Amino acid sequence: MPALSARQVARGSNPLRPQGQSAMTPAYDGSLLEVRGLVCGYGKHHETEVVHGASFGLDADEFVCIIGANGCGKTTTLKAVMGLLPAKRGEVLVCGQDIATMKEAERAKRFAYIPQAHTPPFPFSVADVVLMGRTPYINRLARPTAKDCMLAYRALELLGISHLAKDAYTRLSGGQQQLVLIARALTQESDILVMDEPTASLDFGNQQLVLSRMRMLARMGKAVLMVTHDPDHALFCADRVIVMDKGLVIREGTPHECITTEMLHRIYNTDACVVDVEVAPERTARVCVPLL
Amino acid sequence: MPRLAYAFREAWQARRSQTGQHDCGPQHDLALGEEKASVQAVGGQGTGEQDAPTTIDAAEKAFDSRLTPKKRLFLALALVLVAFLSFMLGKYAMSPLEVVQTVWYSLGGDLPAPDPARELVLYNIRLPRILVVMMVGAALSVAGASYQGMFKNPLTSPDLLGASAGASLGACLALLLSLGGEAVQLFAFIGGMLAVGMAVWLNKFVDYDPTLGLVLAGILVSTLFQSGMSLVKFMADANDKLPTITFWLMGSFSAIDRTDLVRCMVPMLVGFALLVSQSWKLNVLSFGDEEARSMGVNTRRTRLLVIFASTLVTSVSVAVAGIVGWIGLVIPHLARAVVGPNYRVLLPTSMFIGAIYLLLVDDIARLLATVEIPIGILTAIMGVPFFVFIFKHNMRGWR
Repeated sequence: MPALSARQVARGSNPLRPQGQSAMTPAYDGSLLEVRGLVCGYGKHHETEVVHGASFGLDADEFVCIIGANGCGKTTTLKAVMGLLPAKRGEVLVCGQDIATMKEAERAKRFAYIPQAHTPPFPFSVADVVLMGRTPYINRLARPTAKDCMLAYRALELLGISHLAKDAYTRLSGGQQQLVLIARALTQESDILVMDEPTASLDFGNQQLVLSRMRMLARMGKAVLMVTHDPDHALFCADRVIVMDKGLVIREGTPHECITTEMLHRIYNTDACVVDVEVAPERTARVCVPLL
Repeated sequence: MPRLAYAFREAWQARRSQTGQHDCGPQHDLALGEEKASVQAVGGQGTGEQDAPTTIDAAEKAFDSRLTPKKRLFLALALVLVAFLSFMLGKYAMSPLEVVQTVWYSLGGDLPAPDPARELVLYNIRLPRILVVMMVGAALSVAGASYQGMFKNPLTSPDLLGASAGASLGACLALLLSLGGEAVQLFAFIGGMLAVGMAVWLNKFVDYDPTLGLVLAGILVSTLFQSGMSLVKFMADANDKLPTITFWLMGSFSAIDRTDLVRCMVPMLVGFALLVSQSWKLNVLSFGDEEARSMGVNTRRTRLLVIFASTLVTSVSVAVAGIVGWIGLVIPHLARAVVGPNYRVLLPTSMFIGAIYLLLVDDIARLLATVEIPIGILTAIMGVPFFVFIFKHNMRGWR
C-alpha cells in the first residue's frame, strides 16, 4: 500500500483537534459544497439581479479562488453561498443539504466568514474576539467553557499570535487584525472558510503573511473559498480558480489554465502579461505583469 | 456541604487536566511540512507541543474575562453602603444606629420600640424609593449599554428609538385628561412601547442596513411624538395643567410608594433577565449584522428581543419617575472604562454602577435645597462634567 501523502491524511481534517476527533461532518461522498445555477441580487424582490448564473463545487481540501473585475458579482455570490443573502433561483448544497433550510447556527458550523479587517466600536480583547467564533456552540445562557477557551487559544497559537491574546483588538495593525479574524473563523470549526478580499487593505508584507497562513490552513485540511481581485494571489495560493464576469462563471480550472493573458484582457479589460519567473534554483513562480 | 464542594472541585480539575492532555496532542505535525518552520519563524511563539502542560492554564488565564473578586466585592459593598446612606439622609434624618435599631426591632430583635414615625419613614417611604431608584438606575444603564453595542455606536442612549418621547406623550395626555397617578404611569408605559413598536414597524420599509434603518425610524418617531407632546402642552391650561406636565417631565422620585415598587418590579426583572441572557450575542452583534449572522446569531430575533427588553425597562422607568436623562449614556461608558467592553461583564457592572450613581444623585436631589430638585435636571447637569472626565481620561474603554 503506498504511503499516504500529507495532503491525503489531512483531507477534511480539523486543525484544532487531533485526528479522529473532528467535529466535522461524517463521511460524505459528494463534494463538500455544491452551487447549482445560483441567481441572486439585492432588493426585496431581487430587483437588481447581480449574479445571473453561478455553478461550481468545492471539495473538502481545496483552496478555491473566485476572481473577477469589480462589480462582477463575486461578493454577492459569496454572500448567497453563505446564506447571508437569499437566492432568487438555484440552490446551494453543503454535504447535500440545502442551506436555505438551515438555521443560522447550523450554517455557522458549515461556513466561517473572514471579513476584511475593520474596527468594531469597542476595544474587545483579542481573546474575546476569537472566542466569539464559538457562538454557534454556546447556548443562550452558558458562558464559554474552558474547552472553548482552549480551542480559541490553539487557533491563536496556530497562527503564531497567541502573545496578543490580552491586547485590545482595536489597537492591532491591519495584518494582525486579519490574523485574529482568521483565528476566530478557525475557532468556529466550520467545514469551509470563506474570505472576501482579505488582503484588500493590507500592505505587501501583511498580504503575504495572511495568504501564506491561509495556504497553510488549506494544507492542513480546511476548505477555503476566497474572493480576490488580484490574480497573483490566486496564482500564489489557489488549487482551483473560478473566473466570474458580469454575473456569470465563465471559466473554472487550475490557476495556470484560467489565468492567461487573454483571460486577463477579457475580465479586467487591460493588457497584462502572464510570465513564469525563476525565483530560486528550480523553482518558478507564475506572475501577472501589467503592461503600462 | 464543604466536602461536596471539594469533591466537585476535584472532579472538575480532573476533567480539565484530562481534556488538557487530550487536546494537546502533537496533531500539527501531520500536515504542516515546510509551513511549520515558517510559523515558528514568524510567530516567534511555540506552536504547542513543548508547552503542553501550561497551555490550558495559559488559555484560561488569557481568556478569562470575568470580574476580579476585588472588583465584585467593591461594587457590592459600594451599593450596600450607598443604600444604607440613603436610608439615613433626608428631611427626617436618622443616625446609622437608629436605622440599624429600627431594622433590628422589626426583625424581632429584643429592643425598645422605636419612634413609629421613624418606622413609617423607613419602610413606607425610603425603602420603596431606594429600591425603585436602584432599579431605574440599573434599567437605564443596562438598556443604554445594550443599545450602544447593538447600534455599533457609543453615543446611543436607551431612548434612541423613541421610548422616552412616547412615554412622555402618554403621560402628558393622561395629565391633560386629569387622570390619576396610576393612569399616568400606564399611559406613559403604553406610549413608550407604542413609539418603539412604530419605529420597528417603520424599519420594514427601509431596504438596507437594518440597524441604520432603525436609527432613522427612531428619529422620525421621536420627532412625531415630540410634536404631539408640544401640541398637548399647547392645549393644556397654562395655570394648572401645564406646570404639572412640565414638572412631571423633569423627573422625580418623590412620590414613590410601595404600590409603585410592586408595579414596576416584575417588568423590570423580566427586562433585566432578557438583556443579560443576550449578553454574549450583544458582543457578536457589535461586529455588525453580517458578521454576527455568519457566526450563527439570528440577528433579527436577537435585535427584536433586545429592543423589547430595553423598551420595557425604559418605559417603566419613565412611567414611574419621568425623564431621567444621561444615565443611559454616561454609565455604560464608565462601566466600560472599569471592566472593558465584554457584555457578559459589562451588563451586570453597568447595572450596579447605574444603581449606585442614581442613588447618589437622588440623595443630592433630596438634600440640596428645602424643596426637592427634579432629578432629571441633576442627572443632566452632572452628566456633562462626568462625560468630559471620561473624554479626558483617554476615553478608556472606547478605543
